[in-house]
Amino acid sequence: MEFLTHDFIPYFILAVGYGIPILYGTLGGILAEKAGNINLGIEGMMLMGAAAGFLVSLSTENVIYGLLAAVLAGGFGALIYAFLTVSLKANQIVTGLALTIFGAGMTKFLLNLNKEVVRIPNSVQKSLKPILSDVLGIEGLEHSIFKIFDLSILVYLAFLIAIVLHFYLNHTRYGLNLRAVGENLAAADAAGINVNLYKYVHVVLGGALCGLGGAYLSMYYIPIKTEDVVHGNGWIAVALVIFVSWKPLRAIIGSLLFGALSLLGKSLQTGVSLSPYLLDMLPFIVTILVLIITSVQMSKENAQPRSCGLNFDREER
Amino acid sequence: MVAILTESNCIELKNITKTFGSVVANNNVNLTIQNGEIHALLGENGSGKTTLMNMLSGIYSPNSGEIKILGEVVNGSSPREFINMGIGMIHQHFKLVDVMSAKENIVLGQPGSIYLNARKMSREISELSEKFELNVNPDKKIYQMSVSEKQNVEILKVLFRGAKVLILDEPTAVLTPQETKKLFKILKNMKENGCSVIIITHKLNEVMEISDRVTVLRKGESIATLNTNETTAKELTELMVGRPIDLSIERKQVNKGKKLLKINQLTVLNEEKIKALNNVSFEVFEGEILGVAGIAGSGQKELCEAITGMQKVKSGHMTFKEENLIGKSPRDIFKMGISMSFIPEDRLGMGLVASMNMIDNVILKSYQKQKGFYLNRKPARMLSEKLIDGLEIKTPGVHHPVRLLSGGNVQKVLLGREIESNPELLITAYPVRGLDINASYKIYDLLNEQKEKGVGILFVGEDLDVLLEISDRIMVLCEGRVVGIVEAKEANKEMIGYMMTGGDMHESI
Repeated sequence: MEFLTHDFIPYFILAVGYGIPILYGTLGGILAEKAGNINLGIEGMMLMGAAAGFLVSLSTENVIYGLLAAVLAGGFGALIYAFLTVSLKANQIVTGLALTIFGAGMTKFLLNLNKEVVRIPNSVQKSLKPILSDVLGIEGLEHSIFKIFDLSILVYLAFLIAIVLHFYLNHTRYGLNLRAVGENLAAADAAGINVNLYKYVHVVLGGALCGLGGAYLSMYYIPIKTEDVVHGNGWIAVALVIFVSWKPLRAIIGSLLFGALSLLGKSLQTGVSLSPYLLDMLPFIVTILVLIITSVQMSKENAQPRSCGLNFDREER
Repeated sequence: MVAILTESNCIELKNITKTFGSVVANNNVNLTIQNGEIHALLGENGSGKTTLMNMLSGIYSPNSGEIKILGEVVNGSSPREFINMGIGMIHQHFKLVDVMSAKENIVLGQPGSIYLNARKMSREISELSEKFELNVNPDKKIYQMSVSEKQNVEILKVLFRGAKVLILDEPTAVLTPQETKKLFKILKNMKENGCSVIIITHKLNEVMEISDRVTVLRKGESIATLNTNETTAKELTELMVGRPIDLSIERKQVNKGKKLLKINQLTVLNEEKIKALNNVSFEVFEGEILGVAGIAGSGQKELCEAITGMQKVKSGHMTFKEENLIGKSPRDIFKMGISMSFIPEDRLGMGLVASMNMIDNVILKSYQKQKGFYLNRKPARMLSEKLIDGLEIKTPGVHHPVRLLSGGNVQKVLLGREIESNPELLITAYPVRGLDINASYKIYDLLNEQKEKGVGILFVGEDLDVLLEISDRIMVLCEGRVVGIVEAKEANKEMIGYMMTGGDMHESI
């Protein structure tokens, strides 16, 4: 019990803290790839969401407006990507990379960085994580095992979205059609599915999720004006999409695992005389290992949707 | 399933024209389909049959002309609209999602409740499957299915959408004779249920067997529409090709030369570590065609690939004019000065690079002969032009990507290129698969020509009639073993068919 409340739970909460932005990014990436679009712009869309969420909640002091702005910003980034790849049939990889670079530049421009320390009002952060005892009206929960539920609303939202996505993809008609689009464009088209509409909707929704992931970072986790609050989480999400075999429920576990690894890197920095930069690389090294392992034992049904990277042109022969 | 119709024509196509860039695929085509008939669409490869039907299912939209379904003019052009108007197309290359189950493929794109009730879906599909005797297991994944099972899923998919008109594009190309018989029974069954069926084919016997009426297309134009019982196979051939044509294949008498290829006790494992070839022994001589018969997947592919050095050999001996071939890569074989040509089954995947033009594809075979860093394209261009003239390859030019050519022309490019390298041994797998009469006979002629030049030919075939006519000897494979090697002159179809299932040849006689 002592171990739980003193060691495991704090560690778990911290790991969740690291893992949640990755989870949002991963879910966004899964949605896009299920529609047959590889979107390497996750990092960019998260950055845009982070900046928009930060600025709007800073000026309005309203958490809802902030989150809304982040969703819209992420979705807007994805819309640009969708327009280029779906309507203009541009190369998905190049477009995604451009989106990330665009997002990074846009963020710096909007944030107008200087030496001054700017912080989001505490009320915003607090409304994203109400104190558990207050919500339930029970005293002293933060000292018991129930401390484990002492998480931000955005954490629960992410878990909820993952579960909903799982149901959507596997048990609904729209999910079935979406998977068909991702697997075989010609088959989906011949079945009468509006391929381009499905691509647009899901790529943009995916972008909105990435935006939320950014907002989690800038409005709650590090609510201070910083240049690169996302810090490579988007790229880990790109890899995690593969690691979790395009499955939303596995994404929960995968992101928590990577959150724990990031944390491990950070906590080792105090004890071990390794360069902190080296330890910072830990999640990325694990990412590479994961990719090697998964590409070795990829089964047919856990593989990437097969039309990923291909653009749709009905009359092409 | 019974359609309530007032008009007697369910489909009318008027003056349909469709072009792809500078290629005219359909030119002023007219076609009328009546209610409850089986209508064959006959034509050579590249005559525009598939293009026409793709317009009737909303995949392509015509440049000009009018499509009338049940007396109504169709203006839009998306598959959705045509599905709603009761038209269902079964494409030659199935439009199925491999990783999904049959039922998922069948309900794909259909309107209905948001939540998918898996059990209810299975039940509905099983019922429909039983009604038409299609034998589809709704929960089986597509990639685990045989070709004929996949075709049944496609048919069920169309029926599930309540189609009144069924279009099948070369449905028998991949089926065994028994499966074809079953398919025809299903089609007749559907006709009795009030559906109309359009069947695209270039096989005359199928037209005669199943259709009520037949429309002949030639070079993108509709030539004639006839009642099947008032015409003959000969007349149809002439209409299709545009001139009289002799349907028998010659077996040229050539004196058997020296021993070229000797294979002894060859064993090859496939990807699953199962013996794909088991103790195979045979010889190929100069100036002979050795036919290889067998049910699909009896080791034909592995045999061809083992000889050409693409497949690892487990054990056995293999020599070409006394030189060892075991453990040699295709490049080693080339360097040894052995001239061997392989015309694989998968022409655009393994034989040619689909997106490259003729010149580059020709260079692929000859570049190793050129020295230095710079590639001289001129000889390849001249050779390409020679092939176009000599083999009557229909293409806008040597710079046109080969994937845009029709099947027969693709095969001519490949075979022409290989023959030009003056091979001593020619290995060919299903060389006329998917080709029309004209192109097929051109290929047979080319093979006979090579045989007369003293080339040894290994001919892996599927049409037993053709194998019996063209081969000198026939080797029958069953589950990777050689059941027997017989003189083609002394063999008959029943005997080969019996051997293909593993039966001893002496028992059948």
